[in-house]
Amino acid sequence: MRVHFTQQLDELNKLLIEMGALTEEAIDNAIKALNDHDVDLAKKTIKGDGQINHYSRVIESKCLDLVLQQQPVASDFRFISSALKMVYDIERIGDMAADISEIVVYISKKKYTVSNQIKQMAAETKKMVHDSIDAYVNKDVEAARAVIAYDDIVDDLLLDIKKELTKEIKKETEGVSQVLDKLMIAKYFERIGDHAVNIGEWVEYAVTGIYKGDY
Amino acid sequence: METNTNIPQNENTQTSQKIKMECKNVDLFYDKFQALKNVNIEITENRIMSFIGPSGCGKSTLLRSLNRMNDLVEGCTITGEIHLDGQNIYSPQTDVNNLRKRVGMVFQKPNPFPMSVFDNVAYGPRTHGVHNRSELNNIVEKSLRNAAIWDELKDRLHKNALGLSGGQQQRLCIARALAVEPDVLLMDEATSALDPLSTSKIEDLVIELKKNYTICMVTHNMQQALRISDDTAFFLLGEIIEIGKTKELFTTPKDKRTENYITGRFG
Ligand SMILES: Nc1ncnc2c1ncn2[C@@H]1O[C@H](COP(=O)(O)OP(=O)(O)OP(=O)(O)O)[C@@H](O)[C@H]1O
Ligand SMILES: [Mg+2]
Repeated sequence: MRVHFTQQLDELNKLLIEMGALTEEAIDNAIKALNDHDVDLAKKTIKGDGQINHYSRVIESKCLDLVLQQQPVASDFRFISSALKMVYDIERIGDMAADISEIVVYISKKKYTVSNQIKQMAAETKKMVHDSIDAYVNKDVEAARAVIAYDDIVDDLLLDIKKELTKEIKKETEGVSQVLDKLMIAKYFERIGDHAVNIGEWVEYAVTGIYKGDY
Repeated sequence: METNTNIPQNENTQTSQKIKMECKNVDLFYDKFQALKNVNIEITENRIMSFIGPSGCGKSTLLRSLNRMNDLVEGCTITGEIHLDGQNIYSPQTDVNNLRKRVGMVFQKPNPFPMSVFDNVAYGPRTHGVHNRSELNNIVEKSLRNAAIWDELKDRLHKNALGLSGGQQQRLCIARALAVEPDVLLMDEATSALDPLSTSKIEDLVIELKKNYTICMVTHNMQQALRISDDTAFFLLGEIIEIGKTKELFTTPKDKRTENYITGRFG
């Protein structure tokens, strides 16, 4: 029943997965560019953001078409409206991967090192993004909640990094401006984590009908 | 963060919470066939309740039970109680004519009587003893106005009602139902035969009418139930599967069977 509608929903899922994959790749590349002082890769990542933005517009209009044509209710309604909200968060994640890459381009001429904590933060937030989109596709509320809970770990990491960077400033091992740039990078990763949390919350709503504990 | 209390709340602020009609453990049989199974339902005053469910699940049967139209069906037996303002309408003391005056009905197919527009609307009041011409004039005008069709028909009051369009006929039937000043209005798929414009006129009308009436409607149009009703009951095989605020039932149904039906994944 409702074969065409089911196909349209599958198509929407497919687009979200593709957009998610592009975004993960952007995060990956931003991390790599940062670690390897790779300006070319950073520039490629900045350019790639346009493609992610394009996906976001396509998905948005797909969602609106579905609302208009199918007048979805119940879980169909929740999944489509969640997709509409999520796509904004995914797009923002893409923006932040581009922002990080911009900093990489900017600081590449200077000497800097990347601490293990930043590397860890990058890896953790990338996993959050991956898991949150997976949770949507698999309608897996437990996985969504795991992403939401993970936010504390990322927040703690940001605090640790701040402390470390404060020490660096005192020891003057690196220039103050590099330290600030690294703090910004850490902050961007933390924001990526926040957007993954938002995605997780929309997945929870889509699956259960409960949004952030509201009824 | 403090909540800004100036932001309008989503829920429509309720004026009244009074239960207008109530079904208690209602079972209904057509001979041996059980068409309603232990139906319990509260219909709140000045709200719109819609009944949804697949064909043959008993929506019309329940609607007809609310003003004892099923009395006319041979072999139909009903047990349990149905209350109007706290009084059991199936008690021997009930005056059925008076009951049908208080609980009016509009059907799927507009069924104007083959007489003038005026006489259609005046029919009910006349049977209830109103014969004064100016009084009847007032009732007819007021009812047609309330049914949002006065302007269209005021110059055609003495033309035959059968010459009206379907949408006009249906609003005329609503006017006819309103003419006897009922408390409750029952509508069985009252817009299913109408074009979108006539439908939206009647939907606007129903929303307007709920200020003074309690409305119970059957519809196969999910979007219509969503647009205009406050509460929704979902039926399956004579049973109420789920009942609740319309918005909640359509966004987060609690029962899988409701979900499957309203999303069109039924069966
Ligand atoms: N007068 C009658 N005599 C015998 N059986 C009846 C009678 N009226 C209805 N039924 C049966 O009772 C059941 C409920 O019918 P009802 O008309 O209430 O369904 P409904 O939900 O209004 O369906 P629809 O959406 O098609 O109008 C059906 O199985 C129907 O065949
Ligand atoms: Mg029916």
